Amino acid sequence: MLIKISKSNQLNENSVTDENIYHSRRKAIKQMGFMGAGALLASSFSNQAQAGFFDDEPETFKTTKLNFTSDNNKELIKTPEKKIISHNNFYEFGTNKTDPQEKAQQFNTNPWQLTLSGECDNPHTLDYDDLTKAFPLEERIYRMRCVEAWSMVIPWIGFPLASLIKKAAPNSKAKYVAFETLYDPKQMPGQASRRVGGGVKYPYVEGLRIDEAMNPLTLMSVGLYGKTLPPQNGAPIRLVVPWKYGFKSIKSIVGIKFLTHQPPTTWNILAPKEYGFYANVNPEVSHPRWSQASERRITTGGLFARNRIATLPFNGYGEEVASLYKNLNLKNHF
Amino acid sequence: MVPKLNFYIKVKDKVLWLKLVIHVSALIPLVNLYFKAFNDQLGADPVEAVIHFTGIGAFNLLLITLMITPIAKRFKLGYLLKTRRLMGLYAFCYGLFHLFNFLAFEVQFDFYLFFSEIFERPYITVGLVALLLLVVLAVTSISVIKRKMGRRWQQLHNFNYLIVLLVAIHFYWSVKSDVTEPIIYWVITLFLLRLRIDKFKSWFN
Ligand code: HEM
Repeated sequence: MLIKISKSNQLNENSVTDENIYHSRRKAIKQMGFMGAGALLASSFSNQAQAGFFDDEPETFKTTKLNFTSDNNKELIKTPEKKIISHNNFYEFGTNKTDPQEKAQQFNTNPWQLTLSGECDNPHTLDYDDLTKAFPLEERIYRMRCVEAWSMVIPWIGFPLASLIKKAAPNSKAKYVAFETLYDPKQMPGQASRRVGGGVKYPYVEGLRIDEAMNPLTLMSVGLYGKTLPPQNGAPIRLVVPWKYGFKSIKSIVGIKFLTHQPPTTWNILAPKEYGFYANVNPEVSHPRWSQASERRITTGGLFARNRIATLPFNGYGEEVASLYKNLNLKNHF
Repeated sequence: MVPKLNFYIKVKDKVLWLKLVIHVSALIPLVNLYFKAFNDQLGADPVEAVIHFTGIGAFNLLLITLMITPIAKRFKLGYLLKTRRLMGLYAFCYGLFHLFNFLAFEVQFDFYLFFSEIFERPYITVGLVALLLLVVLAVTSISVIKRKMGRRWQQLHNFNYLIVLLVAIHFYWSVKSDVTEPIIYWVITLFLLRLRIDKFKSWFN
């Protein structure tokens, strides 16, 4: 699939990938710890400081290579893989951006069951192997816009959610699709402790209107950068809705249900004035605490990277999705 | 009670050593931070990392500054008071870096965005008021000015108490969902203010 990218979304050439100079933040903070004073003056209560400066890196989760058709889009500068897998909002593993990578490496994704149910003629369950084998896999290089006003460019591997939905054959009463993340406090420290999990009510739930779910852009992702997903990015299977803020793209999904009514969604329950059901990327509707008119695109280049760019309506995917919202006031339905 | 060593180090030297320690412990983390950040060695988003580091650093230094007087009184270590100004100035310095990070790396000198953020986001408005007050206190800490101000100097520097409160609000409002850390800071802040309760009472009598 070819996705058109407008000129304003391209970055200049200062953002060349150089992974050699990149180290994980954890390591950086560790080294800072050796300076002694750093620990006194900053992050004295943060998790990094508690992590202990001398313990070994835990063994990393094993990912495997996938077979897929490539996305030949060369216009977007991709975010380096190391950044994509070390800067995550996945509160099930803690609220710091680096927590998921630190705490999710032992996460067990096999066996896994993804169950489709509700208003459909063919409710069924996918097992771990089905996730990567039931449908042909394709690469999609998408922009990912976080509601916190930063963004990345990520080469996802996956299949259209539409393929999965067609197989389940929803009936005419199915107007919405609800998604649910695994609930397993033993594996997910954020679910076991309110403090670690940022006060969110678990399991994490999300939802789409069925026409949004059927849009060809909507992806069920099982991998990135050519390999299966690491846990911090939502292994073994997650949703990717590139024209909506990142929190809509729910991770580690175990349930998909077809409904007659709009399902509750996690961030909307937590702060209804700040996060709506639709959550379409919209530069004109500010978050109460920050502007959404522009974003910082995370690529490489360190502190001096001039990476603030204008945010586009529907994250630049308006051509494909704006028609879904012809009759909707996007200011009220943010 | 007093360790024997104290006999041999003159008060003046103690202050000198303490100040040296303060300089080193305040400056090295800053140099290290920016060195890493410029070389993209500070995780995926160095901008967020430097904003948070300097913000927390400034708040920590402010709280340490407020601890000096109670500790000096409690343990009869009057010379500690001589480090208050330096500590306060470093708090201000970290605060300036924090603001600079926001301006240079977060909004990247988009002044329209900078001012609209200041006016539209209450947590940033509060942060800026705190920083402006710190500017006033830093400028008036210059000895000549201090002497000229006489009694009014102490009155002015009582604004320190307001500043920590503003920063505690700023911190609390800036987080998205988990408020554990700001609450811990609130507890410390209120504890340090509680120690001055007699002073506050006297203002209202
Ligand atoms: C013009 C003044 C200021 C501006 C524009 C400003 C801006 C910011 C911003 C953008 C954040 C990050 C919020 C986030 O995304 O999580 C922040 C956090 C913070 N700021 Fe400020 N700030 C200002 C003044 C101050 C001052 C004077 C202090 C302390 C003396 C301070 C202490 C903090 C602290 C402790 C945090 C939380 C850091 C963390 O979450 O780790 N700020 N500020």
